[in-house]
Amino acid sequence: MSDPQKLAITTRALNLWYAKFQALIDVTVDIKHGIITSLIGPSGCGKTTLLRCFNRVNERYGYVTTTGEIKLHGKNIYDDDVSLVELRKSAGMVFQRPNPLPISVYENVVFGLRIHKEGGDLKRSVLDEAVEVALTEVGLWQDLKDRLDMRATNLQLEQQQKLCIARLLPLKPEIILMDEPCSALDVEGTRAIEELMFALKGRYTIVIVTHNMAQARRASDECIFMLLGELIEHSRTEELFLTPKNPKTADYIEGRYG
Amino acid sequence: MIAETTNRLFAETPLVRKKQRREWVARLIFGMMAAAMIIPLLLIIGYLVYQGAPLISWDFLTTNPVGGMRRGGIWSALLGTIWLVGVSLLIAAPIGVMAAVYLNEYARDNWFNRIINLAVINLAGVPSIVHALFGLGAFVLFARMGRSVLAASLTLAIMTLPVIIASTREALASVPRTFREACWNVGATRWQTIRRIVLPNSISGILTGVILQVSRTAGETAPIMFTGAVFFRSISEGDFFAYGLKEQCMALSMHLYTVTTQVTGAPKPLPYAIAVVLLGTVLLVNATAIVLRVYLRSRKKW
Repeated sequence: MSDPQKLAITTRALNLWYAKFQALIDVTVDIKHGIITSLIGPSGCGKTTLLRCFNRVNERYGYVTTTGEIKLHGKNIYDDDVSLVELRKSAGMVFQRPNPLPISVYENVVFGLRIHKEGGDLKRSVLDEAVEVALTEVGLWQDLKDRLDMRATNLQLEQQQKLCIARLLPLKPEIILMDEPCSALDVEGTRAIEELMFALKGRYTIVIVTHNMAQARRASDECIFMLLGELIEHSRTEELFLTPKNPKTADYIEGRYG
Repeated sequence: MIAETTNRLFAETPLVRKKQRREWVARLIFGMMAAAMIIPLLLIIGYLVYQGAPLISWDFLTTNPVGGMRRGGIWSALLGTIWLVGVSLLIAAPIGVMAAVYLNEYARDNWFNRIINLAVINLAGVPSIVHALFGLGAFVLFARMGRSVLAASLTLAIMTLPVIIASTREALASVPRTFREACWNVGATRWQTIRRIVLPNSISGILTGVILQVSRTAGETAPIMFTGAVFFRSISEGDFFAYGLKEQCMALSMHLYTVTTQVTGAPKPLPYAIAVVLLGTVLLVNATAIVLRVYLRSRKKW
């Protein structure tokens, strides 16, 4: 296992506005490397916004103003020398609805490699290997190895979501950001994705936004509770659910609002 | 008493019947209005074909007008229209599509892009005769192109640009945002996203939109009247390159106008036959667009 003290993501006094609306208020958080950290809270509390800050993809969604500091592995991602392309390579995101690209399974997996290499200097063997490694890692290889030419959009939802995770892996990311990755899946699919998260943790830092408190409880090591743009509580998952320090957290996990 | 109430449970009341009648009437009226769209089209086509039929033949299409345009065919006009539409397509399509890509994929909501949007919308509202005067001033006189196929095509191209931009933006916007998100999150640049995902998935919509819009220009008369179309020209029959970019040409729309209003003693079916050919050309182009769309759509699924 990785060094538990090592931090993957840190923010200091992070404020974020969508035009005039302040979505994040003074968020300061340390997310440890190699574990699964879940973000919970009622709708509109800013958990997805916070997640999108970590690879600065927020900036693609319109007018966003940010103040404060976000560091990934000690590097401030708002530094001038940070390339968004490289940043997003090392912090990829998985979405609520599986969003495979409308191309073949194979091309989905190597899409990242292709766009990050000068045209043409990718050997077929390198790509083939990357596909096998990535699909094996997410447990799709056995099912799909004979159907790599199949359109990814024709897969079952669960397979699509696994493929979306596999698509990030060839880029050797450090961090995988998941935005309610199971909310479009059934019980079996959810279980499969959670098992995959367990298999991936250690090598990758996983941050998962979830609406499902039970999921946060069973599938994460640490848990962050947010409310109305503020970080209310961050502790080990068992502690947060069994002995919440903040009465707002207690009320939420007991279902008094949300 | 209770039994009776239970039996009448969920039964129609007079009010319900009244509402149903109104529903039926409303539906009938709206349906009839929609069906009414077919009638003018059928009447126009039927009448034109009926009146023009005696003249329409292969020779009519492939020979020049003769005898003060009272006899012969319409070859020079037909070829002129093909040239004008073709050249304006070549000019307008790349500019329009690229501008639409910028507006849809790159532009942020700031004052500069709002001005561009406003310009596009207003350009679409400029009457064609005003375009004609602009073309005359800008291309024929100022750019010294003279009255030519090129000047007329440029004028038509400017006229079609706003609609091409609008239809292309619509096609681009129909590509789900989730695809773009997927690309951004593996670090694709905007251009990589556009080239690898957005364009391949919207090309059918873009192409058919462009073709449909351009085919409408086949019928325009005003913009070409001052900029390149002439009353009469005889060209070599059967040669598709009988016109040059710097030359003047005839056009079907203009020819129809001339034959109807300026030529005395033209046979009665002549204008109708010209109209049938003009309409046929436009419908043929539209049909091509539809076939293309069906073909390209059948190859993509999501």
